[in-house]
Amino acid sequence: MSKFNKNYKFFPPTILDKLLPYFLLLPTISYLAFFIGYPMAQAVALASSGPGGLIANVANMLADPYFYEALTNTLLLAAMIIPLQVALALGFALLINTKFPGYNILLYILVLPLTISDVAAGLIWYSMLSPYGFLNKFLIDLRILKRPIYFFGYQFKRMEYLAIVITEVWRATAIVFVIILAGLQMISKEYLEAAEVFGAGSLQRLKHITLPLLKPSLQAALIIRTLFAFQVFGQVWILAGRDVPVLAGEAYYQQVEIKNYGRAALYSLIIAVLSMAVGWFYIRFLKSTYIEGG
Amino acid sequence: MLNPNGRELLKRIALYTSVTIAACWILAPIIISLLYGFASPEDYYDKYKVIPLHFTFKHVYELLFVLDSFRAVLNSLAVALGTIALSFLLGLPAGYALAKFVFPGKDTLKLLIVVTRMFPIMVIAVPLTVLYIRIGLSDTLIGLVLAHTAMSLPFVVLITSSIFAGIPTDYEEAAMVFGLSRVSSFLRITLPLALPGLAATAMFTFIISWNEVFIASVLMLVNRTLPAHILTMVTYGCPDYYKFAAISIMVLPAMSFVLIARKYLISMWGITIR
Repeated sequence: MSKFNKNYKFFPPTILDKLLPYFLLLPTISYLAFFIGYPMAQAVALASSGPGGLIANVANMLADPYFYEALTNTLLLAAMIIPLQVALALGFALLINTKFPGYNILLYILVLPLTISDVAAGLIWYSMLSPYGFLNKFLIDLRILKRPIYFFGYQFKRMEYLAIVITEVWRATAIVFVIILAGLQMISKEYLEAAEVFGAGSLQRLKHITLPLLKPSLQAALIIRTLFAFQVFGQVWILAGRDVPVLAGEAYYQQVEIKNYGRAALYSLIIAVLSMAVGWFYIRFLKSTYIEGG
Repeated sequence: MLNPNGRELLKRIALYTSVTIAACWILAPIIISLLYGFASPEDYYDKYKVIPLHFTFKHVYELLFVLDSFRAVLNSLAVALGTIALSFLLGLPAGYALAKFVFPGKDTLKLLIVVTRMFPIMVIAVPLTVLYIRIGLSDTLIGLVLAHTAMSLPFVVLITSSIFAGIPTDYEEAAMVFGLSRVSSFLRITLPLALPGLAATAMFTFIISWNEVFIASVLMLVNRTLPAHILTMVTYGCPDYYKFAAISIMVLPAMSFVLIARKYLISMWGITIR
């Protein structure tokens, strides 16, 4: 780096100087290596403990109907939530990017859910959707409904699903929005202006210029949301408990309620394997941007 | 066909309608749930009172002092502060190294740190229980601080590195030319300039720890933090008004931090993502 070359005139780097960045990074790297390496190894050990070893434990898990439900629910929830989030976040980002007067205020409002935990978000939407919650009372008041719509309880499982989807779209769209907005702001105005000069309408500009240039941000947003979707827990536990089993929920249940540490470790490993599969794409994708960036 | 003025007007109406809808979509649930947290039970269970009119602090008070949430708040605070301290102690030098030095393997190390941020916390939490039982850290605040640090450290490193990168190296060099050592030029030049950004980073680290529920409820069975305490309370059933009262205790501290640190808000969340 040119900035540092000036430095060499006065301070020729010693061996110590060359090693300094590694010394500075060492505590972080070793801490992370321990707190990821050890639990990974221990999780495999836990999952293989017991008389039958890993195979018997996996067979036991596969015999548990909750496992299939948890796996399909986790994947299904991700499949329902993520497209909605991307569409909504794209809309928000395009809206903010028009830079209308006062857009800053909307920006702060839209990122507010970033500070709200999954548990709190679950409770917030419980207050909206419960039988005496805002939405039911509001719709009854307007005489649109005669009786409240029930969202909670095992017999209303489908509605619990809906409540989880609404909560997650409400809470975690913000992160997708931030990524997409950052991407939008990197798109040069000149492309859009050129297209306008040549008579492209706003929809055409969106389709042929904005969206293609936004592809890297959209990819990043998709991958990150997918990773966190595999870990969905707090809001599901608040809104539906074990009525809608999910992988992380089963890990919690097995660990805390049943004290079956082996099974809990297996569930956490499944989440890790799913994440790694997605993370593999992420690294490949990151690498490509590094190369593009020169 | 509309004249240009009419079209402009229509466009503007469409714009502000969508702005209002977007703002309400986020704000309405927050405001309503906060109101419900202070509503009297009679108002809540009256199906004709959409917006409660009688308010009481009774439920927040009982939640804090009868249902033991105050102790959980203190636990949460202690863990969050401990996490800030430890992750800064470890992460600040790393962030500085990534910002100010060019060295072989830098990109790989940075990528490694980004990737750990994506690691599922379930795998950290479950096996740690066993380790903690063995070494006597089970159900201790320190144990949770260690785990929360593992979760927030990549975030601290990446953000502080971008903060340090924003401070011209020339200042530090100038100080060194005038005879300050590397350490004291960092302490007296770079650190003060980075302070506002670091304060914002601390707030975001606070939010990460304050909001985290899975690790906390797996590792802490007696000394529960606030989200873990609320989660168990809700799991075993409690009247709705305690659930609503819990919202304000959980949400308001984190949201007020955002108002203070709003300048850094977007860039920070942007950094953690990249």
